[in-house]
Amino acid sequence: MKLVFEKSVKGRRGLRIAKSDVPTSINLNPDLLRDKDAELPELSELDVVRHFTELSRRNFGVDTNFYPLGSCTMKYNPKVCERIASYPGFAHLHPLLPQLRSGGMLTQGALEVVYEMDMLLREICGMSAFTMQPMAGAHGELCGIMMMAAYHQDKGNKKSIVLAPDSAHGTNPASAAIAGYTVKTVPSDENGLMSIEALKEMLNDDVAGLMLTCPNTLGLFNPHVKEICDLVHSVDGLAYYDGANLNAIVGKVCPGDLGFDIVHVNLHKTFATPHGGGGPGAGPVGVVDKLVDYLPISTVIKREDGTLALDYNKSKSIGYIAPFYGNFGILLRAYVYILMAGKEGLQRVAENAVLNANYIKEKLKPYYDIEHGQVCKHECVFSATRQAKHGVHALDIAKGLIDAGYHPPTMYFPMIVKEALMIEPTECESRETIDAFIGAMITIAKKAETNPDELKAAPVTTPVGRLDETKAARELNIASL
Amino acid sequence: MPFISNTDAQRVQMLAEIGLTAEDLFADVPPELRCRGLNLPEGMGEQEVRNRLAGIAAKNYIHLTLFLGGGFYDHFIPSAVYAMLSRSEFYTAYTPYQPETSQGTLQAIYEFQSMMCRLTDMEASNASMYDGGTALYEAMMMALRITKRNKVIIDDSVNPIYRVMIQSYTRNLKIDLEETTNHEGLANRDAILKALDEDTAAVMVQNPNFFGCIDDFTDIAAAAHKKGALLIVSCYPMSLGILKTPGAMGADIVTGEGQSLGLPMSFGGPYLGFMATRKQYVRNLPGRIVGETTDVNGDRGFVLTLQTREQHIRRDKATSNICSNEALCALAATIYLSLLGKEGLKETAQLCADKASYAYQRLTAIPGVKPHFPAKWVFNEMVLDLPCDATEAIGKLIEKGYAAGFPLSRYYKGMDNSILIAVTEKRTKQQIGMLAEELEAIL
Ligand SMILES: Cc1ncc(COP(=O)(O)O)c(C=O)c1O
Repeated sequence: MKLVFEKSVKGRRGLRIAKSDVPTSINLNPDLLRDKDAELPELSELDVVRHFTELSRRNFGVDTNFYPLGSCTMKYNPKVCERIASYPGFAHLHPLLPQLRSGGMLTQGALEVVYEMDMLLREICGMSAFTMQPMAGAHGELCGIMMMAAYHQDKGNKKSIVLAPDSAHGTNPASAAIAGYTVKTVPSDENGLMSIEALKEMLNDDVAGLMLTCPNTLGLFNPHVKEICDLVHSVDGLAYYDGANLNAIVGKVCPGDLGFDIVHVNLHKTFATPHGGGGPGAGPVGVVDKLVDYLPISTVIKREDGTLALDYNKSKSIGYIAPFYGNFGILLRAYVYILMAGKEGLQRVAENAVLNANYIKEKLKPYYDIEHGQVCKHECVFSATRQAKHGVHALDIAKGLIDAGYHPPTMYFPMIVKEALMIEPTECESRETIDAFIGAMITIAKKAETNPDELKAAPVTTPVGRLDETKAARELNIASL
Repeated sequence: MPFISNTDAQRVQMLAEIGLTAEDLFADVPPELRCRGLNLPEGMGEQEVRNRLAGIAAKNYIHLTLFLGGGFYDHFIPSAVYAMLSRSEFYTAYTPYQPETSQGTLQAIYEFQSMMCRLTDMEASNASMYDGGTALYEAMMMALRITKRNKVIIDDSVNPIYRVMIQSYTRNLKIDLEETTNHEGLANRDAILKALDEDTAAVMVQNPNFFGCIDDFTDIAAAAHKKGALLIVSCYPMSLGILKTPGAMGADIVTGEGQSLGLPMSFGGPYLGFMATRKQYVRNLPGRIVGETTDVNGDRGFVLTLQTREQHIRRDKATSNICSNEALCALAATIYLSLLGKEGLKETAQLCADKASYAYQRLTAIPGVKPHFPAKWVFNEMVLDLPCDATEAIGKLIEKGYAAGFPLSRYYKGMDNSILIAVTEKRTKQQIGMLAEELEAIL
C-alpha cells in the first residue's frame, strides 16, 4: 500500500480554510519564517478518508477479532463511553479555565468527574486518596516511586534499592531506575511465585520498597502477599502494587487490604477504555494515609458548600507530573464504565475473567505444556516447549493463530517462562468464541507435529507476510523525508 | 452487565467441564484477604448514564469565547479527523507487537514520524510521548545520556507548566538544573552563554515561547555545540506552518505538544507529546519507533524497531520506562495534517498570526493597555499590560462571556497586571472587536 505522501497530487486540497476577515500580520519578521514549506501531502478529503479507511482494514482490533493479548486486558470498549467523551461539555473544555479567578466554578462538571473517580477508586482499591495525573501505567509507577522517594527523604531514611520479582513487567525496573534507584531482582520459587526466602535475604535497611504485580504476570495470586508486605514494612520499606492485573480481583480483593501502600490502576485495562493502537491510557495512583501529603499537585477537594475546587496547597507534594488533571478523556470513559458496572458488575468481571482463563487453561493442558498448572486468575501462561521439539516456536504458533483469525497471545513474556504464550481472554468473551479459539490452538498443536512448515510459513492471510525485523534495524528507515 | 457475554447456564456448564466450582476459582485468596461490603453504587443502564453525564457536562462553561492559550489552543478540527479516529480497527487495537495484524497502525505511525520530521526539519522521530511536558523531560534525560554530563540550562520563557514538571522529575536526581531569566521576552543570551560550560548537557528553549514571542536560536545552537552541549527546542507545531524550523536553527532534539494538530482540549488530555532528533541520536530516543522493512515476499511493510532501547527488553537499563504512549492522538495528528496538507497548514498558521496581529492592534489601542515586551515579533499569543490587576480584569470579563487570557502573575513575579492572550484561526474579527470593547469598558 502506498504511503500518504506517495498519493499526493500538487494543488489538491482536503479542507477549505476559513476566509480571513483581518489584514495580514504586521508581527511576523521575514527572517523568522521557514524558507521551504513543510512537505505535507496534497490530497482531497476523499483521498484522506480512503487512505485511513484502507489502513484501518489492515489492523486487528477487539471489535474485529478475539484479542487474548496477555497482561493487556483487551476487553470490549463500550461505545457509550466514546460518545460521552465527545460531548462538547467535556471535549471543548480548556484546561486552564479552573486556574482563572473563580474559574473552578466554570468547570464544576469536569471536577466532579475527577472527584468521583477518586472516590470510586479509593473504594475499589482500599486506598486513602488518588491522583489522576499519571497518563499510563508506567507513568503511574514513576509517580509512585517518586512519592516513595519523597517519603523516605522526609523521614531521613537513606535508601537506594527497589526490589521487583523476576516475573515483573519491564516497566517496573525501568520506572524505579529512572526515579534514581538501583533495582534488584527477587527470584521466583518453583510455584511461580516470588520467593519469600529470597526476599528475606535481600531485605535490609537500604530497601526503599518492593514493586509487585498481584496476581503476577503468570496469572497467579500469591496467598502470602500480606506477609510479603509486612516484611517490606519491617524495614520501613513501601509496598507498591502494579495494578495492571487488577481485572482478576476487582470487587473481590482490595489491594489496600493486602498491605500495599501505593497502587496504580491501568484504566485502559480493568476499566475498559480503548487501547488506541498503543495509547492513550491512564494510570491513576492511590496511596495510604501516610503518603497522602506527597500526592502530586493539584487534587480536587469538596468545599463545605458542596462545590469542588482544586487544592494547590500541598507543601510536601512531589509536584507536577502532568500539565493538568491527567488524561481526562480517559478518566471520563472509565468513570462511565464503573457507573454502568456497579458493585455487582465489577465482581462479575473478575469472576468471568478468571473462569474464562481457567477454562482455556484446562482445555489446552493436554496439548501444551504449562509449568504452573494450578488454578490461575485472569490469564494463563503456556510454554511451547513441546512444539519447539518439532521446530515450531511460540512465534510460529502466534503466526498460525493469525491465519485462523485470532490476534495472538503475548509471546516470550514473562521472561522466566521458556517459549511463553500468555493468554488473557477477559470476561467479555463468550464461550462460543473461546471454544473456537481452543479449537484453533488444538489444530495448531497437531500441525506442529504433522506439518510444521505450514506454521513456519504463516501468516499467509494478512496484507503482508512475516517481516524482516533485522533488516528494519540494520537498514534503518524510520521516516520518509 | 451487558459487556459480559456468558449466561449463568453457560458458566455452570463451563465450570462442570473443567471440574471446578465457582469457589475453587478464588480458593487461592485467603478468606481474610477478601474484601467485604464494597460501598459502590448499583450498575446503570446506558440511558441513565447518558442522562447523568449530559447533566454533568452541562455544568461546564463551554460557551465562553476563548482567548486562553498557554500552550493549549482552541483550533478548528475537520469532521473527517473524528470520523477516521472512530474506526474501531484503530482504537480497539493495542501496541503493534504483531506486525502482520497491525500494518494499519504501523504505517500510520511511520507517516506520523515522517510528518514530524518534515515539520521540524529533523531526521528521526519516535511514535509519541504522553504530552509536551513529559516529552521535554525525556529530551532532557536523553541529552544527559548522550553527553554523559549533568547540567541543564532552561530559560524561563519555556512554558512554566513544563518547567514545574521538570523540577518535579529531577528533584531526586543529581541533575544541576539552571534556570535563566528571559531578557525582554526572549531567551536570555547573556545568562545562557555565561552558564554554558563543559558540564552542560543541554540548553532548553521554546519557540514561540510562553509569551508568544518568536525567536531564532541559531546563535544559541552554535554556542551550545561549541561546548559540546545539545540544543533542545520545544515548539508549537501549528506555528511550523510558517515559522523557521528548529532544524534550520541547529536544534538537536525537538519536542512539543501536538494538541493543536486535531485534538480537542478535553480538559487537559489525552494530548500528544512528540519528539524528533538527528539521525546520530536515534538509538538514544525513548519510546516506540516504527521502521520500514520488507516481508518474506519482498513487499514493503512496517515493524516496531530498535526495541533493544526499550523497557520490555532492557528493563532498568532502558532509555525510558514508557510503554503505552499516545498512539491514537498521533493518528489524529496524522489525519489532521493529511487533510490540511502543505497549503492548508501554512494558511491556517498564517491566519492565526493575522488574527493575533489584528487583536494586538485593537487591544493596544485601548488607553492604558500596552505590550509588556518590546519584542514585536509574535505568532498568535501576546503579553499585554493592563492598567489594573490582570486576574481581576479576567474575572470581570468572564462575566461578559470571555475567557480573555491567562494572568501571568501565577508564574512570574512582578507581572500582576500582565495578561497572556491567545488568538486562533477560530476567532473572528467581530469577537476580537467585542473583546476590545468589553475590556475597555471595565478599565
Ligand atoms: C504488568 C504490567 N505492568 C505495567 C504495565 C505498563 O502499563 P502502561 O502500558 O499503561 O504504561 C503493563 C502493560 O502492559 C503491564 O502488563
